[in-house]
Parts: sequence; C-alpha cells; structure tokens
Amino acid sequence: MAERKPKIVGFCCERHGMDAAVLSARSGKQFDASVRLVQVPCTGRIDGIHLLKAFEDGADAVFVLGCLEKNCYYDTGSIEGRKRVEYVKQMLTEVGIEKERLEMFNAASTNAWAFPGIVSKMTEIAKKLGPIGGGERQ
Amino acid sequence: MIVAKRKPLNEIAEMVAPFRRVTVIGCRSCVAICLAGGEKEVKMLVSALKVKNKKEGRKQELEGLVVERQCEREWVKEIEEKILGSDLVLSMACSLGAQTIGDMYPDHLCFPGLNTGIFGVPEEQGVWSEKCVGCGDCIIHTTGGICPISRCAKSMLNGPCGGSANRKCEVNLDIDCAWTAIYDRLKLQNRLDLIEKVTPAKDWSTSHSGGRRTYVREDAKLTQHQKKGKEAVQ
Repeated sequence: MAERKPKIVGFCCERHGMDAAVLSARSGKQFDASVRLVQVPCTGRIDGIHLLKAFEDGADAVFVLGCLEKNCYYDTGSIEGRKRVEYVKQMLTEVGIEKERLEMFNAASTNAWAFPGIVSKMTEIAKKLGPIGGGERQ
Repeated sequence: MIVAKRKPLNEIAEMVAPFRRVTVIGCRSCVAICLAGGEKEVKMLVSALKVKNKKEGRKQELEGLVVERQCEREWVKEIEEKILGSDLVLSMACSLGAQTIGDMYPDHLCFPGLNTGIFGVPEEQGVWSEKCVGCGDCIIHTTGGICPISRCAKSMLNGPCGGSANRKCEVNLDIDCAWTAIYDRLKLQNRLDLIEKVTPAKDWSTSHSGGRRTYVREDAKLTQHQKKGKEAVQ
C-alpha cells in the first residue's frame, strides 16, 4: 500500500502569502504531502480557534504564511498573526502536542522559492511526528 | 471588572479527564472583556481539549456554551438542560459564576476553569491592573481618586512611606508609588492640604475579615407575596 501523505493546512494572506504560493504552483512543483491552503484577508485575521480547529479536524501540521513583517500590506497584520501562532503553540504545549506542528512564516509575493521550502519543512515535521493520536491518515 | 486568568491547560485537562460528558460554560461579562472566559476562549479551550483527547485516544463529549452572565441564576437557568445532561460542568466564568452553578445544582459537579484574580481596569490592550480590593469603605475622595489600599503595596492610609524613592515602590521597582501618584493628583486638584491630614486607622470590619459579606437593598427585595406571584408566572 502506498504511504499516506501528511495532511498540512496552510493559512495564507491574500496579499503576499497566497501570491507566493500561486507563483510557486505555476512552476509545477510537486509536494510529498496533501496541502490545503486557506486564503485569509490578512494573517492578522487568523484567530487561535482557526488553527486549533485545523488540528481538531485532522491536520498533522499547520502553517501560517503572511507578508514580511516590515512590508505587511496592513502594516501590522503579520505581527498580529505571529502573536496568535505563538499563543496557540503555547496552548499545544500545555496539552502535550508538539508545538513544532504549527509554524508562522513570512514571504514576499515574489518569493517563488519560499513556498516550496515551507511545505518541505512542514512535511518533514509532519512525517517525523506522525498523525496526532497515531491513527491512520484519511 | 473582575479579572481572571485561565488555569494552565494541563491542569484543566487533568480535572476533566475522568468525565465522559463535559460542558464548558463561559460568560459574556467581565471574563469575556479580560479575554479569559468569553465565547472565543471557550471555543479554543474545547478545541484544545479535543486535540488532546484525539492524541490520547480518549472518548469524551465536549461542548462549549456561553451565557450572558453566569453569576445570575436567570441566565444559568436557560442552559439547565445542558448542565443536567453533563457529568461535569467546567466554568469559564469567575468564581462567582462557578459557584452560582454549584449552588443551583448542588448534586452536579462544577469545576473552575479560571483563576479569579482582581478587581481591575484595562490599562492598555491586554493589560489589566488592580485598582480596588473591595474593602467596603471607600476613601478615594480624600486621596485624589486613587485607592491606596489596592495600589500601595503596604495599603498605607498615610503616605508615602520611607521606602518610596524616585516615584517607585521599594517592594518592586517596577511598581509606581501609589502615594506619589496621590500627591501629584492632589496637587493638580489644588487639594494638597489633604496629604497632611492624618487618616486614622481604618475600620476593616467592612472588609473580608468578618467572613462572607452580603449586601441588601431592602426596597429592591421582593415581598413573600411578590415572590409567590413570580413563581406562579414561571
């Protein structure tokens, strides 16, 4: 039986994060993971519940991709996003889940190389840690 | 308002672990404002516990609810069915909310999800500081509107003390001396004569030291006749 691919959810801001992902996708790069992207207006819009819900619904790893912090379209949106990510990482640690499963990244829309790097890193983490609860991936 | 803080998640997880059906109940009043037990915090806690259960393979029914004010029986009554159908209620309100549920349903378990802390005010986003201890005998009209009981580390009625230096408190140099602030405020209000007035020892009998305090407003209480009428309507 073929090895199941890790499930990764990425929250990308519509300004830089999503553009970086689209640019990378146009290059035809294939990933060894099932990546589901959620476009958000700004990473500052992301709330802790969105990140936790992704894990609750089966994600092995979750990342947030926003604008570069000094070049955020909404000025401080990606800083807000990072704060939320850090808060949820703390919550995950407290309930015994590896905080590495959640990461925040920043990229400019022209960074076509950034997105594959992020997915590779999260895939590596998801493979190393396995699914939460150790069950079969869907 | 009452300011509270969520208990560490591992402590909460340990409390709820033995129970099959757990209802987490938040409150939309003070604890929602201080970001400890409002709708968002309840949802996040339930979600985090579900992820933990998933990891540990534990079967547990978790549900999150929020009431308008958990310290008032009328609001709690609205979710009575949910409370009675749970093995455990985890209150994400202040201790008043948790105790209200406990008093209403004494044969049901209600555990606290928050540590209730202070009577505080929001100083800036995400920062709350204590400004009242509920001593039951307010004197801030004589101290420029600043409470020395809560804001002075020694709760001094006549200050500043000898430990005040460069506007800071000797107890902790991060704390502003309350009595320096009182002096500044009285000066601004042209009422500096008050700082020289010696305040006698405080009557602490109105404070917590006498045990549980109850405040009654006779004209607001219902008569037996009114109570019967209200019960008949319900």
